[in-house]
Amino acid sequence: MPDRTLVQAVRDALYEEMERDDRVCVLGQDVGLKGGVFKATEGLQQRFGAQRVLDMPLAESSIAAVAQGLALEGFLPVAEMQFADYSYPAFNQIVNEIAKMRYRSNGDFSCPLVIRAPTGGGVRGALYHSQSPEAFYCHVPGLKVVLPSTPADAKGLLKAAIRDPDPVIFLEPKKLYRAERQDVADGEAAVRPLGSATVVRVGVDLTAVTYGYMRAVTAQAAARLSQDGIEVEIIDLRTLRPWDVETCVRSIEKTGRAAVVYEANRTGGFGAEITAELAERCFASLDAPVSRIASPDVPAMPFSASLEHAFMLNPDKVADGLRRVARY
Amino acid sequence: MALKTTEVEAKGGPSRHRSLGLSDEQALRIYEVMRLARAVDERMWLINRQGRAPFVISCQGQEGAQVGTAAALRPGYDWVAPYYRDAGVVLWFGMTARDQMLSFFARREDPNSGGRQMPGHFGSRRLHIVTGGSPVATQLLHAAGVALASKQRHEDAVTNVYFGEGSASQGDTHEAMNFAGIHKLAVVFICENNGYAISVPQSRQMAIANLADRAAGYGFPGVVVDGNDVLACYEVARQAVERARRGEGPTLIEAKTYRFTAHSSDDDDKRYRQAEEVAIWRQKDPIQRYARYLRDAGTLTDEREAEITERVTVQVDEATEYAEQAPDPTPDDLTTFVYKQELPS
Ligand SMILES: Cc1ncc(C[n+]2csc(CCOP(=O)(O)OP(=O)(O)O)c2C)c(N)n1
Ligand SMILES: [Mg+2]
Repeated sequence: MPDRTLVQAVRDALYEEMERDDRVCVLGQDVGLKGGVFKATEGLQQRFGAQRVLDMPLAESSIAAVAQGLALEGFLPVAEMQFADYSYPAFNQIVNEIAKMRYRSNGDFSCPLVIRAPTGGGVRGALYHSQSPEAFYCHVPGLKVVLPSTPADAKGLLKAAIRDPDPVIFLEPKKLYRAERQDVADGEAAVRPLGSATVVRVGVDLTAVTYGYMRAVTAQAAARLSQDGIEVEIIDLRTLRPWDVETCVRSIEKTGRAAVVYEANRTGGFGAEITAELAERCFASLDAPVSRIASPDVPAMPFSASLEHAFMLNPDKVADGLRRVARY
Repeated sequence: MALKTTEVEAKGGPSRHRSLGLSDEQALRIYEVMRLARAVDERMWLINRQGRAPFVISCQGQEGAQVGTAAALRPGYDWVAPYYRDAGVVLWFGMTARDQMLSFFARREDPNSGGRQMPGHFGSRRLHIVTGGSPVATQLLHAAGVALASKQRHEDAVTNVYFGEGSASQGDTHEAMNFAGIHKLAVVFICENNGYAISVPQSRQMAIANLADRAAGYGFPGVVVDGNDVLACYEVARQAVERARRGEGPTLIEAKTYRFTAHSSDDDDKRYRQAEEVAIWRQKDPIQRYARYLRDAGTLTDEREAEITERVTVQVDEATEYAEQAPDPTPDDLTTFVYKQELPS
């Protein structure tokens, strides 16, 4: 099995799905000759041509909505937003149109497309190349939202997203694009179903529910707590809508404590939804309130290294938060 | 009124600047700001390549379009809404090399954003430079709003708004031009058409050769100008600014130009631009062209050139030294200015 970074795994998924099904096409800014600003579409235009790998004008609303038109007419488009922060010019098309196609036509139309976007910070990308907008999209019935944290998950979930009959927002943590390599399967063996979480560390004292880049940060924090004899069970959600409540509930029934670790700012973040659901579902098993470990409520992650550091969660901050829950 | 796109032909001759009403000192001042913009930019690349700062985005090659058009305004009275390449515009409007370097190093004292934004995200209420973020084309609508305010206050201030030809594809661009046309707002839309939006060429951005043709559809004139000829840029901008000041409405100026560097320090332009193409445009360097003109006109002597070089170098050195040593924002700075008054937590 080939050794792949997360961004290479994304590219492989696109390549394989385009080989498999000629309805699959790619559109976005700089996706052609340049192969995308992060190289996620590298070589695709050379292989599949400028028609199927279409460089779009600098207009995200066009990208989303043209993809929608293609999807309505039987294509399986994968649209790229250069950064998740720049998906907002397409927000109306995504939320009012793409998400509501099936419902508003009483099932007559559907919109099987994928919108990929690099998400998250910690790369000195400043206010507009660091945002984590998953909560906006998770709020919208009709959309599915995926946010993988490993090369194998990225590939497997992207393949599943492309095959999914409904629109999927596929957020890729840019800090992880080249962070690690992993053996990643080819072809059908690579596909991973949407909506299933994975227990990435087994523990008995406390459950940490997380996703994206925060998975790695939480793992480092858990290693520190382990030295004090506190064993954290870590769950990587991988898909945020629908999210795998049952896996989380089973874990909390064992540990009796839970925290949600997420990179977006705290208020109204997707972690707030997870917290509420788990509080409702696990009330009888809980020895402590489910708690949120998240970023501060400031408009976005600033550029300066010191401010970026102050904004971002790191293993110290997460370990502190987890300890508070463990000791409650 | 039939509106047609005008292509402005630069009129030659050794006293072009005087026939445009520019004194020798003003003409040299334009030259010096172009040189300063270039020199700061070159220093930033050097520092970036040494690993001392993470990001540069350049004005190089576009200084003529920038300074030439900004020079038609009254700094401190008129307004500009620049985009990230517009170092030449903001230096003309009163920013300094030190301000730029403070933002490049993301220091606490950075007057644009206190180190919050990437370099190239200019803004200063004092200098009448509208703060800008990274999403492209939003500033065109801000400029329309600023101009509406001027109009409603019966002031004759003019707002120059700057953007790339790629950004012209955004819906905001259409909305701004449409609105400014309806109300005959005192906005000058200045497109620095450098032929590419990162890697995407103009031909994949629009089906027309001249963006300026679109102006007709909004009911105001469009002008194509050689963006590497600073005096031609000054000339068309002055006409547009005068027209706006008289209350006759906007103009769309399309300055054909080229960026000499990659899109930013994160880009590799060899993937999508031929070296020969870059070389051809380097021959049309707006600074060198203007220097040749000024020398022919007898305005730029060896002595003046040496003085300017000395001043520019000193400013860049001083700015770099100062900014590199200047303190970073503190962690407490993270949470200020979210609201006027902090919310109860
Ligand atoms: C809404 C939005 N989408 C995408 C980007 C990413 N991006 C930054 S600059 C750029 C290209 C801009 O091209 P152009 O407008 O021609 O200006 P130039 O850089 O060529 O001067 C892109 C796609 C962005 N900043 N904002
Ligand atoms: Mg351009």
